[in-house]
Amino acid sequence: MSTVVLLTLTGLGLGALYFLVASGLSLIFGLMDVLNFAHGALMSIGAYATWWAASGHLPGAGSGGVGFALAVLFGTAVGTAAAVLLELAVIRPLYTRPREQILATVGVGLAVPALLSAIWGADARPFPGPEALSGTFGLLGAEVPLNRLVLIAAAAVVLTALHLFLGRTRHGLVVRAGVEDRAMVTALGIDVRKAFTLVFAIGGAAAALGGAIGGLYFGSVDPAQGTSLLIFAFVVVVMGGMGSLTGAALASVAVGLVQQFANYYTTAGLGDLAVVVLLAALLLVRPRGLTGRLA
Amino acid sequence: MPAPLLTVRDLKVVIGGRHILHGVDLEVAASGTTALLGRNGAGKTTTVRGILGLVPRTGSVLLDGEETVRLATHALVRRGIGYAPEDRGVFAALTVAENLRLAERPGAREPAYDLVYELFPELRQRARQAAGTLSGGQQQMVAIARTLLNGNRLIIADEPTKGLAPKVVTEVAQVLERAAEAVTVLLVEQNLAVVRRLAQHCAVLADGRTAHRGPTAELLADADEARRLLGVGRAGHGGTVGTPARTGTPARTAAHPAAPTAEADV
Ligand SMILES: Nc1ncnc2c1ncn2[C@@H]1O[C@H](COP(=O)(O)OP(=O)(O)OP(=O)(O)O)[C@@H](O)[C@H]1O
Ligand SMILES: [Mg+2]
Repeated sequence: MSTVVLLTLTGLGLGALYFLVASGLSLIFGLMDVLNFAHGALMSIGAYATWWAASGHLPGAGSGGVGFALAVLFGTAVGTAAAVLLELAVIRPLYTRPREQILATVGVGLAVPALLSAIWGADARPFPGPEALSGTFGLLGAEVPLNRLVLIAAAAVVLTALHLFLGRTRHGLVVRAGVEDRAMVTALGIDVRKAFTLVFAIGGAAAALGGAIGGLYFGSVDPAQGTSLLIFAFVVVVMGGMGSLTGAALASVAVGLVQQFANYYTTAGLGDLAVVVLLAALLLVRPRGLTGRLA
Repeated sequence: MPAPLLTVRDLKVVIGGRHILHGVDLEVAASGTTALLGRNGAGKTTTVRGILGLVPRTGSVLLDGEETVRLATHALVRRGIGYAPEDRGVFAALTVAENLRLAERPGAREPAYDLVYELFPELRQRARQAAGTLSGGQQQMVAIARTLLNGNRLIIADEPTKGLAPKVVTEVAQVLERAAEAVTVLLVEQNLAVVRRLAQHCAVLADGRTAHRGPTAELLADADEARRLLGVGRAGHGGTVGTPARTGTPARTAAHPAAPTAEADV
């Protein structure tokens, strides 16, 4: 029983991490038809910026309490800025050339980890975090690490915020309309490119937050973390239906749980394979993903 | 005659290496309705999309004397154009109210919901219904309502009566007729009864070029010319405009015995 509880919460924590990356990926693809292969790099930027700030380089930030919150805030802000820069400088000039656009995001996705390892080395660096979050708590006989809860809470907050944004604001309305028919949005007098930048900013912020809190989950940062996680985020996006937030949330949970349980009860590594099998099975039954629509 | 509201000169559109418009010339009169006619595939929709910058184009598009061909679509539209596209362009997953809200222009004038709901009381009742679940006629009402919401100078409607039941065709024609009292309309239309009733002026396209321009009455009075330019035998696409023309509508020419078959009795 305690094993099941631990595996479930760890799976949910991992799923939360996938959701933080996949939500932005899904919105960006839904609205802009851009497969952003640099999204994992945005997560890495968030992770490294948080690690850098929490290691005492940013005045006021640190590894404990308010200092750590400030470091996470800083990491998220840097990731958001990087996402906006990416959209404005790389994606936007290439809108009429989708193939080059994809290659450019692949290039950024490769360049960022290379840059990170050039500056801070290819090896994993221990990730400082608050004492209070490094402990465990007892639940139904299991000792569950607290950082799982932090991840789940962060994903829940992001999911709620995105729902409110999409459902209650004019910008959110423009994004939902743009997912359906971008040209018609412009034909109503709306500059849809502003929504592009906004969606990149939101997606970058979520991914960077994932990187910042993911550091607690993994206990370390390394340059390849974001890229290896991106693969599972893509699986989540395809499973959930391109552009669907609820779909991404459901698929994140499914992928996280299947991976954890399969890795534990079969040979390690088989969990990753199980995820691919799950994807294939789902696409056979529902070719458009779990929901096939937004929000 | 006052200067035209919209002047299109030598509009050319090439898509995927294929020349679709070879140089369209067109004027939209300062007031009333101008019809854009032509057989299927003549380039009417492409002309409209070219004017709006929805497809890459060259040439000149003057709105009220101002060159707009280098403007982005949204910037041009914000100068006072409402567009109801051929496929209606309704956002299926959004509600009727959300579809209308998208057409609002924050920072510009107050949206004219009173007018819209007066013309289409049904849309008020269906405000929370997903637009994708509306009937074709109701979707067309949403599309037209979006053009009437923000005090535009020009409304461009691409075959607004296409595929609608005769009664709904009449309704749509009535609304456009009423709208045209206050705003200039460029109407792409194949239903000649509607054209005859609404449009004072017309331009006819053939193979991506302007083949004819002039008063609608003159063109429709010349059955041979009308048949040559517009083609005949568009069964199923004719339809009728069932109500009598209101006073103040353009003078109607006497029914011509050899008028194109698309023109049913008005
Ligand atoms: N995106 C495109 N790619 C290739 N060809 C196109 C494209 N858009 C239009 N065409 C072609 O250009 C020609 C003109 O099309 P357009 O839709 O403008 O005609 P239309 O006059 O509106 O016809 P209809 O009365 O059937 O609506 C057609 O032959 C069409 O096949
Ligand atoms: Mg057309």
